[in-house]
Amino acid sequence: MTERYTASELLAVMSARLLSDGQVVFAGVGVPLLAATLAQRLHGPGLTILFEGGVIGPFVVPGELPPSTNEQRCTRRANMVLPITDVLLLLQRGYVDIGFMGGAQIDRYGNLNSSYIGDPANPKIRLPGTGGGNDISSLTQMIVTMRHEKRRFVERVDFITSPGFIEGGTSRAESGLPTGGMFKVVTDLAILGFTETGREMVVEALHTGVSIDQVRDNTGFEIQVGELETTEPPSARELAVLRELDPDRLYIA
Amino acid sequence: MVKSYLELREETRTRDRSLREKVVSLEEAAAFIHDGDHVALGGCTLSRTPMALIWALIRARRKELTVSRSIVSTEGDLLYGSGVSGHIVTSWFSQGIVWGISKVMRHYTETGQARFEEWSHMSMGLRYRAGAMGLPFMPTRSMMGSGVREVIGDAAREIDCPFTGDRLLALPALNPDVALIHVQRADAYGNAQLDGLQFMDIDIAMAARRVILTTERIVSNDQIRRTPDQTKIPFFTVDAVVEVPFGAAPHECYGLYEPFFGHLDDYAKATKDDAEAGVKRYLERFHYGPDSWNDYLKLLGLDEMLDAARRGRSIHND
Repeated sequence: MTERYTASELLAVMSARLLSDGQVVFAGVGVPLLAATLAQRLHGPGLTILFEGGVIGPFVVPGELPPSTNEQRCTRRANMVLPITDVLLLLQRGYVDIGFMGGAQIDRYGNLNSSYIGDPANPKIRLPGTGGGNDISSLTQMIVTMRHEKRRFVERVDFITSPGFIEGGTSRAESGLPTGGMFKVVTDLAILGFTETGREMVVEALHTGVSIDQVRDNTGFEIQVGELETTEPPSARELAVLRELDPDRLYIA
Repeated sequence: MVKSYLELREETRTRDRSLREKVVSLEEAAAFIHDGDHVALGGCTLSRTPMALIWALIRARRKELTVSRSIVSTEGDLLYGSGVSGHIVTSWFSQGIVWGISKVMRHYTETGQARFEEWSHMSMGLRYRAGAMGLPFMPTRSMMGSGVREVIGDAAREIDCPFTGDRLLALPALNPDVALIHVQRADAYGNAQLDGLQFMDIDIAMAARRVILTTERIVSNDQIRRTPDQTKIPFFTVDAVVEVPFGAAPHECYGLYEPFFGHLDDYAKATKDDAEAGVKRYLERFHYGPDSWNDYLKLLGLDEMLDAARRGRSIHND
């Protein structure tokens, strides 16, 4: 008997499972922060979270989730605080295993847009921008978590805020980014990876009760399909710990 | 765009760097900022925002400022809405993810009334750092291949490393005309001690031509000298010091108060439907209306203040 859960809860649990004990994870606000904290509590006490505000290795307090990664709540039980520029430079130096953030719009090659909907010169919607997203995705391996909707999964993003594999193949390295790149995209329908040579998005696993046609219907481009696995639904324990972390349902509503 | 080195040195040489008292009022501090200046704000998002000085600039009807900050929250809305600034340089601009995208930012940028110049977060930091180091640029391995880099155009340049041949992006130094920084404590000379997250404040102070400090309290120079390791900004970079309790309200100041969440929820609601009229009404009520900063705090309300302070100090419970 499986429990009911929201789409955000599914995203948090599935993403948390991709993180391993001992990793250094640079987490953005929202579901990534929550999922990294969940992973710490479930299977990764030695997982080190970095926050953009300048925090190394905090344990966020249940019920006191921060509104961004730049408030005092982010520093709870941290090992160290340091200036923003220096925590971001840890990415460039190579100390970070995984960058982990949410996405507004993603394309076939894993490029992310959080800056403009429409023409950047005359946008329909001005979005909040990159924050550290561009630096994280330029300099390390990425996990992105987002809702699987046609308008979010597009052939080509309106604007590359955070680079994935740019135009696929070796174009990322040729653009001046020899390291990092998209590793996984976790959605409420599936887990997606990227092909070895073409660097195109490929469906790797479906969540329980989801069909490949559902994924195709909610993707705005012809998506490749790998050897499909099915994920285990969130367990009662995973959901219980997650709900304890976010009792006000700030990020899991 | 990048200041010449000799000009930078000359500006610094001619500054009064003596150990002298610099305590002024908020209104007097606002006079250090001139129309058209590039003003860098300390703190980040909802943290240690120099709100009292922004409040004073809005009331003084300063205009045509270029404002830069690591990440911009509601203070950016207020700078746009008041006409103090029509050009904000930052990496991220919205009230905060829990309130959705800022309607005020959207309105002013989408209608072309104001400009939001976007750089990556680390690029902002490295630009201030180059400025702090007296160098014209800082190389980075970030941002290449992205639209963010493309839109910036010639303001950043790709270079080949003279040692390895690696392709790098040269980011232009940013030396603001003025830095506004809010801290927990400082002495009358401007030795500033700040607790918790430092953000980009130290680089901003070192890079700027003038620094205005607001501080939750002014402490004696003797007290500073007992813990010099806690002093993060040296007095000779500072031009004015203002004592302003709750000087970042309704944002937070580490260890003292957290964001005034109720007020911020109300602000988001007030600017949701008609962003421009909403922000102007807010400015009228909270910025132009009250006679003093204390009257502004009264309008925020005692319940909100006590709640924010209780949560703020809870960081010390362990």
